[in-house]
Amino acid sequence: MIDQAMQSVLGWWQLLPGGWRLLLWNTGKILLVMIPLMLAVAYYTLAERKVIGFMQVRLGPNRVGYHGLLQPFADAIKLMFKEVILPTNADRFLFLSAPVLVLGPSLAAWVVIPFDEGLSIANIDAGLLYILAVSSVTVYGVILAGWASNSKYAFLGAMRSAAQMVAYEIAMGFALVGVLMISGSLNLGHIVHSQNGGILHWHLLPLLPLFFVYMISGIAETNRAPFDVVEGESEIVAGFHVEYSGITFAMFFLAEYANMILISALIAIMFLGGWLSPLQGIVPDSVFAIPVIGLLLGHGIHWLIFKTAFFMFNYLWFRATFPRYRYDQIMRLGWKVFLPITIVWLVIEGLAAYFKLPPWFN
Amino acid sequence: MLGNYLPVFIFLMIGIIVGLLMLALGRVLGPHKPDVKKNSAYECGFEAFEDSRIKFDVRFYLVAILFIIFDLEITFLFPWAVALKDLSAAAYVAMAVFVGILVIGFIYEWKKGALDWE
Repeated sequence: MIDQAMQSVLGWWQLLPGGWRLLLWNTGKILLVMIPLMLAVAYYTLAERKVIGFMQVRLGPNRVGYHGLLQPFADAIKLMFKEVILPTNADRFLFLSAPVLVLGPSLAAWVVIPFDEGLSIANIDAGLLYILAVSSVTVYGVILAGWASNSKYAFLGAMRSAAQMVAYEIAMGFALVGVLMISGSLNLGHIVHSQNGGILHWHLLPLLPLFFVYMISGIAETNRAPFDVVEGESEIVAGFHVEYSGITFAMFFLAEYANMILISALIAIMFLGGWLSPLQGIVPDSVFAIPVIGLLLGHGIHWLIFKTAFFMFNYLWFRATFPRYRYDQIMRLGWKVFLPITIVWLVIEGLAAYFKLPPWFN
Repeated sequence: MLGNYLPVFIFLMIGIIVGLLMLALGRVLGPHKPDVKKNSAYECGFEAFEDSRIKFDVRFYLVAILFIIFDLEITFLFPWAVALKDLSAAAYVAMAVFVGILVIGFIYEWKKGALDWE
């Protein structure tokens, strides 16, 4: 019975024209990334409320499902059934296209992320450039949202957000140049490969200042606490998405969390060796040959997930720990602290590369 | 090699389609009862005092200009950094001069107070 079904499905698959097969095959792969990503976003929101709750000696959501495990779905369903309000003075087309423009790229950026050896949807040589380009589109979405709403709070939030994202993109860009200098490739898979050979070969050590600059800039890029003046509740209500309700708000929310996970994954890939095991070179190679333990300790997607989860947790930890920065402090940090640090470190790295400093530059 | 970019294109399309589907879903599932008060711009319960396309601080504009300059510099650094392993000493000197000019400009901006927000 099952065998027959398989046979007929395979038959249909063979009958499809090549173009359609390619399209369906790629769509399937994309769904394999997108659905876990959506689930991760859903449970990241729950984790945020739980973690911050526990840090403040509260319980966090615990009513829907076992210990609140169904809370994200309750939230999603609630938001879906809410009215989408279109303000009278808003530019309707731009108002509705802004959330699409924010959500689309934050999902599409995942196409080049290498999850394991050779395991990425698109193994392109301009991977990092693509991520930079796609994540910049988000700024347009934010500005459009703020401008099209025709509300003063939204407008102020959009201006703040755009200036902040743009300022920190400079520091991020310079940090990326540092990564490129050491790895010699824009292909994210190659960047991980260039860190092969044990924990000392990871980019974390030679690029330590750039690592911190990138991590903190990543928090500012996603407009998260302590850099969340963009939606500072006490001054401009909710910032650029104050006029958005129901599903349109949910889209901004989804995009923000997807971007947080993306930045965490990028930090893990560029500075912490992606899927590479930290035990490489520490325990003898024979350990990796042991059936189950070797698989767990050796390279694999689980290490990437673990490292990503660590930085995702950092986001929540920072939010619970640090008070909000003032806007002039944010701009000063971006322009007057991070930019000089990155430039100085690029010069140092250039010298190290010129003299072929082992073990990273030979 | 261009075939490698096909999934990128498909994913971008899927991203946009997902966005549009969610908009449609919200329209279908949610109620739709507009009224004048509900659809007015939020301004703490007041009627909006004026149009919100107001004058804004010129410093935002300044930040945008500085961003363009520095982003261009980064664009020039990218190919150099990728090819670093195959480059001669002359390429290092050339980039040192380039970054030197950038740093002079940066110091000038700093001294002029373009980076101050106060």
